[in-house]
Amino acid sequence: MRNALLITQRELRAYARSPLGWTVAAAMLLFDGVLFQWFAMAGAKLSAQVLSDFFYYMSGVTMIGTIVLSMRLIAQEREKGTLVLINTAPIRDRDIVLGKFLALFVFVFVVTALTAYMPALVFVNGRVSIGHILVGYAGILLLAAASSAIGLLGSAFARTQVIAAVVGALILGVMLTLWAGAKVADPPVNTFLLALALHHERQKAFGSGILRLENVVYYVAVTYFFLLAATKTLEARRWR
Amino acid sequence: MIEIEGLTKYYGERKAVGPISFSIKKGEIVGLLGLNGAGKTTTLRILACDLLPSAGSVRVDGLDVVDHPDQVRARVGYLPDHPPLYDEMTVREYLVFAGRLRGLSLDEAERRLPDVIDAIQLQGVADDVISTLSHGFRQRVGIAQAIVHKPDLLVLDEPISGLDPVQIVEMRELVRGLREHHTTLISSHILHEISETCDRILVIRDGEIVASGTEADLSTRFLEESRIVLTARGKVADAQRLLLAIKGVHRVDVVDPAADGPEVATYQIEAQRDVREEICRSLVLANIGVLEIARSEKELESIFLRLARPTKGSA
Repeated sequence: MRNALLITQRELRAYARSPLGWTVAAAMLLFDGVLFQWFAMAGAKLSAQVLSDFFYYMSGVTMIGTIVLSMRLIAQEREKGTLVLINTAPIRDRDIVLGKFLALFVFVFVVTALTAYMPALVFVNGRVSIGHILVGYAGILLLAAASSAIGLLGSAFARTQVIAAVVGALILGVMLTLWAGAKVADPPVNTFLLALALHHERQKAFGSGILRLENVVYYVAVTYFFLLAATKTLEARRWR
Repeated sequence: MIEIEGLTKYYGERKAVGPISFSIKKGEIVGLLGLNGAGKTTTLRILACDLLPSAGSVRVDGLDVVDHPDQVRARVGYLPDHPPLYDEMTVREYLVFAGRLRGLSLDEAERRLPDVIDAIQLQGVADDVISTLSHGFRQRVGIAQAIVHKPDLLVLDEPISGLDPVQIVEMRELVRGLREHHTTLISSHILHEISETCDRILVIRDGEIVASGTEADLSTRFLEESRIVLTARGKVADAQRLLLAIKGVHRVDVVDPAADGPEVATYQIEAQRDVREEICRSLVLANIGVLEIARSEKELESIFLRLARPTKGSA
């Protein structure tokens, strides 16, 4: 864990000092604000509906932002030749992956936290519960964790950052559109596809303030699965 | 310190190295000399536990690199051909990070830093951001990260690559200075550099070690004749006569008469063997001053080309 935290620390510093980190953070906050003002707040709605729409739009921005931020994690090190420093150090692959994942997650967490003024405005001017806000954010953060793990696998797999982003986006795209496949599939395949879908019903529940254990377990499982896949990919590439 | 037996590495179906066997004693500075693509980097990467060997055994301090990679990694400092530097960090931050990555605590890494900065002469740039450093300093920081955790074995891949002449001289001094604390293996394709810095040379060609020894050993074994360049003060005719009288010398040419003043001349001598000692003795006894005597650089090149040039039919 010590080594993982060491890598987390360095990666966070790299985000804070790189144009990519600031640009993506700024873009995420801008889009969140614009979507909140123009779409979530548009028309006559109940406060709870405004909040649900806000979390719905925010989930999209979070996924895209996370994939863009994740592309550099390992692929950039490979491109720049710095991965050899980590590869020749007495560090386990799982610590490398965990360290990089934590850095990305913490960064996205901070950016997400900076959007808190928007639900706060709804809370002050409308009638929503703090529980609704907290559950909505829990959904966003769980989705961010799963997207980070998917992006990290893309970065571990690819030789360049662009390919890393494309691989991450493809996996995410497939996971997102499984619900559409479920619509045209027959039982029991449709149930299976729906259970695997990353967004759709699960985020709707979180956005509406409904906390279901199965949804939490799903996101934790997806995150674990992709982190494990990233670790195995790195392991196969590190020492051969 | 290092024992390599039958090491072989394949990339797919192509053999990059091996089978090679050699050993290096504690405290030695050994040069791995070969042309590009000869297998130097692959050998060094295996030693640094960055690559898995296809066959054979590689032991560092008695530890097999395949069975105990993490323990070997903790004992090895590795500078790859391009220093692995994080451009956004300062030199100080980077070295602390590299030290902690290799097992030092934050306190230990910070305590170790002044020694490393002094040894590698990074005082002037310690707080600079790495992206602002010149190529020479980047190379130095690369070496600093390799020694920050006090490794027993230092593996340097082409440390003088891309350096200017002044930086090369400084780097040579720096590497020599590391002898006290580290066993060092350096790769290069420049024989002159290797012979200036190392105790022993391993010549690698087509993935195999084709010769091993000091520069003098290699000259004795592989040169059919020795070329010596001498600068002496005295009558040219007397000097020429004395030189030709030495057993084994069959040709003496005056290449630069009156080079550095009256009666100072530079001679090129061809002999069947290394006769530098006899030349000095003979000239000094005849009251002719020996200002400089050395093997011709062409001789070094000739050894290198003979040993390192790929054999016909090889890739």
